[in-house]
Amino acid sequence: MPDVSSNLSQAVPLEAEQPAFEPRVVAFFCTWCTYMAADLAGTSRMKYAPNVRVIRVMCSGRIDPQFVLAAFANGADGVLIGGCHPGDCHYQEGNYNCLRRVRLLKRVIEELGIEEDRFRLEWISAAEGDRVRVVINDMVEKLRALGPLQMKKEVPLRPLSPEEHELQEVAV
Amino acid sequence: MTREKPKIAFYWCASCGGCEEAVVDLAEEILDVVATADIVFWPVALDFKRRDVEQMLDGSILATFLNGAIRTSEQEEMAKLLRRKSKLLVAFGSCSHLGGIPGLANLFTRESILQAVYFETPTTENPDCVLPGVPGKDGNGKLTLPYFSERVRALDQVVEVDYYLPGCPPLPRIITRAVATLLGEHLPEKGSVLAPDEALCTECPRKDSKPEKIALKSFKRPQEILIDETQCLLAQGLLCMGPATRAGCEAPCVLGNMPCTGCCGPPGRVRDQGAKALSAIASLVDSQDEQEIDAVLASIPDPVGTFYRYSLPASLLAHSRKV
Repeated sequence: MPDVSSNLSQAVPLEAEQPAFEPRVVAFFCTWCTYMAADLAGTSRMKYAPNVRVIRVMCSGRIDPQFVLAAFANGADGVLIGGCHPGDCHYQEGNYNCLRRVRLLKRVIEELGIEEDRFRLEWISAAEGDRVRVVINDMVEKLRALGPLQMKKEVPLRPLSPEEHELQEVAV
Repeated sequence: MTREKPKIAFYWCASCGGCEEAVVDLAEEILDVVATADIVFWPVALDFKRRDVEQMLDGSILATFLNGAIRTSEQEEMAKLLRRKSKLLVAFGSCSHLGGIPGLANLFTRESILQAVYFETPTTENPDCVLPGVPGKDGNGKLTLPYFSERVRALDQVVEVDYYLPGCPPLPRIITRAVATLLGEHLPEKGSVLAPDEALCTECPRKDSKPEKIALKSFKRPQEILIDETQCLLAQGLLCMGPATRAGCEAPCVLGNMPCTGCCGPPGRVRDQGAKALSAIASLVDSQDEQEIDAVLASIPDPVGTFYRYSLPASLLAHSRKV
């Protein structure tokens, strides 16, 4: 039996080392186009950043804005939506409905303090495996630059510290 | 010996007083409530003090109806005290249920709010720099306003809540039905919202006029058009939140020729009312071109304030950087 203990110990990062930030991207891909393209990228052995968790949906029109917000609320640093090119939707209107919702949702989440580059919509057809690679790499790079999406922790009720007290007096 | 009547209490936190008004609006029906239950605490109407509540046995109040969101340390303390003293705690009205209109203050930082309210408004004179949470300088220096926390919270973000009474304010028929339910034998499942679990459109007086497909080239604000009193408001381009809002109020706003603003919160299967309302509204845009879609959507001047008018603190992004 081969001794795996030395390999294991190598795989575990040293505790003192702060692990580098790896963005987490949740991607919703429509089954007819972008998911096929991701499949093609895989079978074509294209290399791209491994930071994406793909969720297959029947149509980009099925993506409820709640899905996007839930992804952010549960730790995603970015959300990517992939659908069929305009005119190519398997259900005729689904990708247009997705576009309409995304345009409005973008305004809302930006107003709530989430940067523009964290939420992206791309039309990628089943033949565009390379486009999947390019888009994912580009998005991961941008997220790396932005850093993690930090949700505010609940701040416990507390009296002001003397420094804060002073700050408020300075503000006056 | 007569059987002791069950005890109920009303309390208010960050609220406008409209929910108290709603109880008064019960008019003579309040006598039915008094006939079946003793009101043991109701600061807006009865002279009981906090220490009276503190002296009650834990769990001795059958139900407390608490309205208003939670922002200050005093409100949090009272919510915790009343939670301890009550068998059932009912979040009464939109603010307590979802954060309500005061919850929109979460779009601003605590510091900027204090700065504006305590120093910058033209009607404010505050030479002693009185601020919440800071011991006062005047007089004997012992007076301290309650601490003003970072964020507005819904009641269930502070203590456990048994039931929710939706509405801004809850309508008398919702209140009387709920009180009867709570005094009755069969309690609904814990965590229930005491109103029908379906979208407002199902009980809208104009539902028959809603077209199969609505396609809009622009959205309208009520003051911009002459509103047809018989036609579906969404079809007229008004931002009606009916599709993403819980039924039960029987659409008094629509009866008054105004669109629903969403005060009853979402139906049970919707987690985030704003996202769902946004989804319903955006798909009405009559265009397939990105630029044109943006132009149509530009006629919605304040999407967050429109879709999350009553539910920002309870939304999925309640903990984003800004909220």
